[in-house]
Amino acid sequence: MSTTGTRVESPPIDAVGVEERVARLCSRSIKKDAKLQALHLTLSMIDLTTLEGADSEGKVRQLCAKALQLHAALPELPHVAAVCVYPALVGVAKRALEGSGINVASVATSFPAGQAPIEIKLLEVRKAVEAGADEVDMVISRGRFLAGDFAYTADEIASVKEACGDAHLKVILETGELGTLDAVRRASDLAMRSGADFIKTSTGKIKPAATMPVVLVMLEAIRDHYLRTGEKIGMKPAGGISTAKDAIRHLVMVRETLGQDWLDPDLYRFGASSLANDVLRQIVKQRSGIYQSFDDFSL
Amino acid sequence: MTDSTESTGPTAPKLRLGNGDGWGYAPAPESTDHVELRDRYGLFIDGEFTEAADGRTFETANPATEEKIAEVALASDVDVDRAVAAARRAYDEVWSQLAPRERGKYVYRIARVLQERGRELAITESLDGGKPIRESRDVDIPLAAAHFFYYAGWADKLDYAFPGRGARALGVAGQVIPWNFPLLMAAWKIAPAIAAGNTVVLKPAETTPLTALKLAEIIREAGIPPGVVNIVTGAGETGAAVVQHPDVDKVAFTGSTEVGKLIRRTLAGSGKHYTLELGGKAANLVFEDAAVDQAVEGIVNGIFFNQGHVCCAGSRLLVQESVADEVISKLKDRMETLIVGDPLDKNTDIGAINSRAQLDRIEEYLEIGEAEGAEPFQTSCPVPERGYWCRPTLFLQASQSHRVVQEEIFGPVLAVQTFRTVDEGIAMANNTPYGLSGGVWSDKGAKAFRVTSRIRAGVLWANTYNKFDPTAPFGGYKESGIGREGGLAGLHAYLQPEAAA
Repeated sequence: MSTTGTRVESPPIDAVGVEERVARLCSRSIKKDAKLQALHLTLSMIDLTTLEGADSEGKVRQLCAKALQLHAALPELPHVAAVCVYPALVGVAKRALEGSGINVASVATSFPAGQAPIEIKLLEVRKAVEAGADEVDMVISRGRFLAGDFAYTADEIASVKEACGDAHLKVILETGELGTLDAVRRASDLAMRSGADFIKTSTGKIKPAATMPVVLVMLEAIRDHYLRTGEKIGMKPAGGISTAKDAIRHLVMVRETLGQDWLDPDLYRFGASSLANDVLRQIVKQRSGIYQSFDDFSL
Repeated sequence: MTDSTESTGPTAPKLRLGNGDGWGYAPAPESTDHVELRDRYGLFIDGEFTEAADGRTFETANPATEEKIAEVALASDVDVDRAVAAARRAYDEVWSQLAPRERGKYVYRIARVLQERGRELAITESLDGGKPIRESRDVDIPLAAAHFFYYAGWADKLDYAFPGRGARALGVAGQVIPWNFPLLMAAWKIAPAIAAGNTVVLKPAETTPLTALKLAEIIREAGIPPGVVNIVTGAGETGAAVVQHPDVDKVAFTGSTEVGKLIRRTLAGSGKHYTLELGGKAANLVFEDAAVDQAVEGIVNGIFFNQGHVCCAGSRLLVQESVADEVISKLKDRMETLIVGDPLDKNTDIGAINSRAQLDRIEEYLEIGEAEGAEPFQTSCPVPERGYWCRPTLFLQASQSHRVVQEEIFGPVLAVQTFRTVDEGIAMANNTPYGLSGGVWSDKGAKAFRVTSRIRAGVLWANTYNKFDPTAPFGGYKESGIGREGGLAGLHAYLQPEAAA
């Protein structure tokens, strides 16, 4: 095991201060046109996701159909950003989404635990990209990171990035396992310096997942990286964001931390399975004044 | 730490954080439908609302629109005399005779009604004083209720508060409060006074009398015996009449150092007890080992809370040179996201300046700062056409000898200076006639404790700012005042210190 332990220079994080900032951001009141705009933006940022052991070709095709037509009654809606599946199902998704402009994202690197030899992880990444994945969502080896072996983590990310070729790399930190906001910040900095195109909070398999304080710390890391290098890294909170209200709070946080440039599916994504329907329901409510039953929206 | 040298130059990366660009927030005004405001308000004396003896009135206006809200009775010496007489009678015949437990029940009742009518009070506070509804709703009103709850609990436990020293009320308290936290200051003054067994005559500020008068309604509805709380409205002359009245046993004043000095001279030899809570020019010290983003948030809260109309505002930023560029650059970015405007909009961060006179004073300091050679920075936020507004402002390159560093501006204006060592930072923080408050930002706990213990100020915050709690004493050193309000110390200020058990 490498013991060189690259020192990662990251600023200290005051967790109490972060929570207070989040509370203040959550007090923003988003109404009327601003709300409708935010709801449309949210839809366009969704990575519609299915990551179950039971996923089949049929399930993935159904999800892709949903991605292509979110709600038949509202044909003018934006499409989601991507569909996110396991590597074995990338081909199915790719065919289903052909020509739609919707990307196929694939988790890889022994998702979600990441406990496999690096060779196998890299092979998995290459196979996913060969099958047509436009984006790869990798997990970092949290055990190595928590043991202080930052050099390993950096090398791991860099080699996955190389294996991705032209595919975009999202680096999942699995913040629910990192323990402190200081560690979240350090992992974010490490990932961005090692080739991440996006940093992502969670696999969705561990709780807590994308909490607001964690996301704020990651956004601040992205901002500092941008101000230092001019490079715009994307952000993907995943896990636990299931309501339109949550999503709008994220957009407020992005707007006031990173500014308008990041309010774009190229730089912000929501990893979610049930968020889209709550957003659709809110859009219908904004237009008609009436809340419809969840059964009015397709799975 | 960020290497700021890489980000300078003509093509430096820039965040698009302004408020007029891309996705913005639609107006989200708080509804005022359920708030009843009368056209005319009288004085609250002996449990009744009455006109001033000479019938004089003054206007109170909304500083965000410059429109009149109501006519308010202007109390003269005659009215103040009547109010003090009512307070004396209530003290002698009712309040001092009541079982302490019963007194406590009344105070609890006020607290509960304040909570029940919280929204109405928050809206009234924002209409009359210009502060953002987010603050009146989340800070002013809940804290006011919390003060009544806290002191209500002491009412029947005074013998335990100061064991072996007895606990006797002082009598009639004359209280004069400022316009920056109208209802909260009324609560700070009235709650400990009446819980300890005193009766009061309170004079609210002339630009913000309405929530105190609504409090009078609440006190009446709560069935507090007539005369225990009397509220007389007016300007400086009314306040002077309250302070100078020979039958007042205790004076409590919150306001400017200038008036505070005058009051202290007036009271010399009178035998009256007094507490004075006056001005401030607090230093917010940011060390190189601070959590920078959270420190920036603290700087913003420290100076832009309530338009900077805060006696304990962190109006001097002292930042260690090694992180100064980064902190100032992040502070400017954060300031760009602040929304100035309609106090009733739930998204407003900075409301209206309280009055024309205060805006004039702030603008005068903006000119002084520039003339002295400090470098001004203001955000690009749009402000409404009517009303009194001041964009959040920095004075960079400010010096210890500048008036904008030495004098209290009482507006959203922050003087920014740098220091090199811990000792220098402390020396600069203490080099002021004031000593009310201060803030220290460092991720090192030991350093934070060491530095706070060396700053001569009554209230010090480490890694936070502007935190208030009824259990914590508040007050100043030097020209920031004398005595403490809040907590046990605040209770003590309304009791005979020398009473035997």
